[in-house]
Amino acid sequence: MPFSWEKRLTPSKFMLLAVPCIALLLSLLFCGVFLLITGRDPVEIYVAMISGALGSTYGLSETIVKAIPLMLCGLGISVAFRMQLWNIGAEGQLYVGALAATWLPLTFPALPAWVMLPLMVCLGMAGGALWAFVPGILRARWQVNEIITTLMLNYIGILWVSYLVYGPWRDPKGLNFPLTAQFPDAAILPFWGTSRIHIGLLLALAIVAFLYVLFNNSRWGYELKVIGSSPKAARYAGMNITRNICLAMLLSGAICGLAGMTEVSGIIGRLQPGLSPGYGYTGIIIAWLGQLNPLAIVIMSFLFGALQVGGYMVQTLGVPAAVASMIQGSILFFVIGAEILTRYRISYTGCKGGRSDRE
Amino acid sequence: MSDSTLVISILAAAITAGTPILYAALGELLTERAGILNLGVEGIMLIGAVSGFIIAVVTGNSWFGLAAAMFAGGAIALIHAVLTVTLRANQVVSGLALTLFGTGLSGYLGKSYIGIPVPSPFTIQPLGFLTDIPVLGPVLFRHDILVYASYGLVVFLWLFLYRTRPGLFLRALGENPAAADSLGSNVFALRYLYIVLGGMLCGVGGAYLSLAYAPSWLENMTAGRGWIAVALVIFALWNPWRALVGSYLFGGIDALGFHLQVSGVTVSPFFLNMLPYLFTILVLVFVMIRQHGRLTAPGALGLPYDREER
Repeated sequence: MPFSWEKRLTPSKFMLLAVPCIALLLSLLFCGVFLLITGRDPVEIYVAMISGALGSTYGLSETIVKAIPLMLCGLGISVAFRMQLWNIGAEGQLYVGALAATWLPLTFPALPAWVMLPLMVCLGMAGGALWAFVPGILRARWQVNEIITTLMLNYIGILWVSYLVYGPWRDPKGLNFPLTAQFPDAAILPFWGTSRIHIGLLLALAIVAFLYVLFNNSRWGYELKVIGSSPKAARYAGMNITRNICLAMLLSGAICGLAGMTEVSGIIGRLQPGLSPGYGYTGIIIAWLGQLNPLAIVIMSFLFGALQVGGYMVQTLGVPAAVASMIQGSILFFVIGAEILTRYRISYTGCKGGRSDRE
Repeated sequence: MSDSTLVISILAAAITAGTPILYAALGELLTERAGILNLGVEGIMLIGAVSGFIIAVVTGNSWFGLAAAMFAGGAIALIHAVLTVTLRANQVVSGLALTLFGTGLSGYLGKSYIGIPVPSPFTIQPLGFLTDIPVLGPVLFRHDILVYASYGLVVFLWLFLYRTRPGLFLRALGENPAAADSLGSNVFALRYLYIVLGGMLCGVGGAYLSLAYAPSWLENMTAGRGWIAVALVIFALWNPWRALVGSYLFGGIDALGFHLQVSGVTVSPFFLNMLPYLFTILVLVFVMIRQHGRLTAPGALGLPYDREER
């Protein structure tokens, strides 16, 4: 081959920025081919998605509404991914966080808002943290693969929520629908005017600031990075890997659990199945696309929020909303495929045998 | 129903329920033996299930459906091969992307096929006199043809891995690709080959669900079986026979849960549905404790191969 990969000494700054943009365009092209094959007009669909998500005040506010849980899941996931802990259980942690937060207004409906809401936040975070701690401790003690345990716990967490809303927690006045009773007003997060944008946005941004400082200016943030990139070096440096795995998973799960709390308390006002259309999975893409950087994750969450809203909007054209998740998955393909451009440069080596006699 | 016929019917159901997991686990086993971790099994199974289903409905022939599922599974696994072998991308993230993409694409393609019956699903074909063997006969030999094919595949893969030269090279590929390279095997081409073959088997696993087990198409119908297959490969310590045992164990949990539900046990069905997932976690913990946290996994599993860095 006349072309070869040449390793760069330092990752290219330009490519770090260019790669996500190139990936987005390529994945739109790639999915466009699928849409064409199945007899749809990709341009019409993309235009409808963009104008649906960004072309009206309603669309814009819905984009922000969707960005809140996406941001929280992306942030939570980034904590674990920094350490190369593959927590793909954000979906389950979100559900268990929602479940734990719901327990309070159902059990003590008369609490005033200033007690109710902070306690619900704590419960939501505790629920998510617990759900992530189990894979964490198993990984730390016996090297049990956390990818599989976190994923299995997703199914178990979602089934727990179903069990409760179909059984003990079902609203007796709810005409047999699988829903809990409506939360009292004190358990509803304050929201902005007539839109559905709620104060969870500020909570999420506070966590962005917290993680930014944690990752960049704290000893623990540094330890996360070292353990992630070189567990051996970390052990020689005397870092406690077992404890750090558990802590990272606890924090990661707590942030994802908060996403569940803000959904039930800010958006739905009760617990119900189908609480999340896969925020926890989309969060994985967001975290990776944002290169595990909290500020970039904020931007990516709005982008993916728009994609989600656009996906709902094209349903009026008779296109399944799954088209949005198809695009999301393929964006990730192109991002990781193009990442090699940040580490290597393609160079022309002329004729065969010019570079190395092994080729 | 007497106790013995009940046990036999549960065991037979365990094999049917375990077969899609077995195909997927064998596919993943082949891929991991070549040193590549493919976490896209769930997505590939869904793609296999939906494409097999659509082609079977359109052509009226389930064999065409099966071929389409193999083709689609191999094609989608090829993306993983390009990303991880040529572009040396992170194998964990690439596999996750594959699952997310496969879930989306299968939901998109299958939307208009929900609730349609398969014209000619794979049906039970008892294997003549073999079914007369007491207990084993009705448990093992009263199934559809894909189950019989899976028995053959396990034997074949075991012989291939441990008794043939190409099998030896395959194992070297996962243990020490640099050594395999210096012995003259083409690491890159072989890894492509085994990733695609693995994807084809995962596609068959998916098609088994939509063309024989269910037989119908439902969004997300694999319900985590792809992930269970990934876990099973660890449980199986990368050995086809242990993969077979593991798959039937999971099939048994599935069948038992279903049987308890039908027989009117007062346990909530939601708890019974949790059993396979809970069991997966317990099995993994058990294996890891027994292996003292150190697995005999292929040595180079998950690492990209770069000739310049050897």
